[in-house]
Amino acid sequence: MNFSREGSMSARINESTLQATTSPVNSVAAAKLKVEELNFYYGNFQALKNITMEVPANQVTAFIGPSGCGKSTMLRCFNRIHDLYPGLRTEGQILLDGQDINDRKIDINLLRSRIGMVFQKPTPFPMSVFDNIAFGVKLYERLSARDMEERVEWALKKAALWEEVKDKLKQSGQALSGGQQQRLCIARTIAVKPEVILLDEPTSALDPISTGYIEDLVNELKADYTIVIVTHNMQQAARVSDVTAFMYLGELIECDETTRIFTQPAHKRTEDYITGRYG
Amino acid sequence: MNSVYQRRRIINRMVMTLCVAAAAFGILWLLMILGTLMFKGAAALSPDVFLERTKMSGGGLGNAILGSLIMTALATVVGTVIGVAAGTWLAEYGTKSRLASTVRFINDVLLSAPSIIIGLFVYAVMVLPMGHFSGWAGVAALAVIIIPVVIRATEDMLKLVPNTLREAASALGAHRWWVVTKVCYGGARAGIITGILLGCARVSGETAPLLFTSLNSNQWNFFDMDSEMPNLPMTLYQNMTINSFIPRQVELAWAGALILTAAVLALNIIARIISSRRSKG
Repeated sequence: MNFSREGSMSARINESTLQATTSPVNSVAAAKLKVEELNFYYGNFQALKNITMEVPANQVTAFIGPSGCGKSTMLRCFNRIHDLYPGLRTEGQILLDGQDINDRKIDINLLRSRIGMVFQKPTPFPMSVFDNIAFGVKLYERLSARDMEERVEWALKKAALWEEVKDKLKQSGQALSGGQQQRLCIARTIAVKPEVILLDEPTSALDPISTGYIEDLVNELKADYTIVIVTHNMQQAARVSDVTAFMYLGELIECDETTRIFTQPAHKRTEDYITGRYG
Repeated sequence: MNSVYQRRRIINRMVMTLCVAAAAFGILWLLMILGTLMFKGAAALSPDVFLERTKMSGGGLGNAILGSLIMTALATVVGTVIGVAAGTWLAEYGTKSRLASTVRFINDVLLSAPSIIIGLFVYAVMVLPMGHFSGWAGVAALAVIIIPVVIRATEDMLKLVPNTLREAASALGAHRWWVVTKVCYGGARAGIITGILLGCARVSGETAPLLFTSLNSNQWNFFDMDSEMPNLPMTLYQNMTINSFIPRQVELAWAGALILTAAVLALNIIARIISSRRSKG
């Protein structure tokens, strides 16, 4: 099965070189993820209705919509985190580089190592800052102590946290501030070197300054990763994303370039939402 | 000041006084027990108490202390292994299955089962078939008492670990057992250790289950688990009752009671320190 990490790494390098020849924001970017006729059920309740869309590689795709519209549910389909709970059911396909992730033959842990996720509330593990980062790396790579130190430093620098924690790598990750914890979680996700990063309302529990840090970070990270972000905050979607998907009551109403969604949406519902008539 | 408020103030003061009196009443007895133990026990303490074995007259408590330590330690090890494994299964794997709720119910029953019944049970399944009392049987009885305590502590503490942590660890591509052992145990460690120590404290003073299982002995027993095992609680009982006509035996019983209480107190204090560190952490 062509689902090894090595294979996917080289695929990513090819893609990013391909990407460099095209303009950074355009609609012809290769699709990293393709969603085809996706339905999702919590028991008898259908939370996602017949969703079809593409997530372009090396761009930021934002999901917006009112509470309960299914945007987080959608995000959680991309790494099949739903599988942790019984009674949930998915129909349809999600293709990652052309391969269906809902295929039961897929190794789910390998899949999740390729599609990382950061949650709404910061989730540092009850261990040191260093071990928090090393946790994911140790699952798939056997690094020497020196290489591991380098990897941890690299990830923390990438997440713009290194300067703040370089003297407290041995301290508990849970002792950091909320904003630092969230960047720690981002660093932890990056350290595994995934291809896609899913962000589930990553700034909703943070103050404006920490939010600013994380938005800057998202902008920098898209050079190397495909990013999908769920947000409650429309200004945030406008600031950080290239493509915006608007969802309402489990349906995908509209998915287009962010500038178009916010200036001339095709649907009345989208317009009502972004102009604040409900939500 | 109006009368309604005035009345309320008086009732408040009366109830407060009653509460303080009730608390003082409870603590008074505890202080009296500790005081008596200190007074009578400390007087009988000497190196001989720890170094000599129990004899018909005179001697010490060394063999009983050693036997109790051996049995309690082994029972704690057995109880920890089985209890943590079962508690983990209940919290992480079985959760809502019918088998899990059955196990949980039986565990609750076991938790409050009278210890003499547990002793009787081990007597029936181990001592009778083997034909003699043994240290192993004593260990088995004590372990049966510890297991439900540890199962409960492990399950409760694992349930306190937020689900978001499990999701976050799974989202990095971690296998289930890796999530449980590296992340969940990390969060629950202090609570589980506290539970184990409290279980250990509870059995270290148990007398009834040893009555039918390890019995007692006035000889040294260094890990000969297949024969009768001397132990502190039963020695204490015998010295205070059938041997009470010998003054030295009564003195030794007080010394033993003091040692036992000090050990239980120490375990409880350690457990408290660990669990308070957790809440700060």
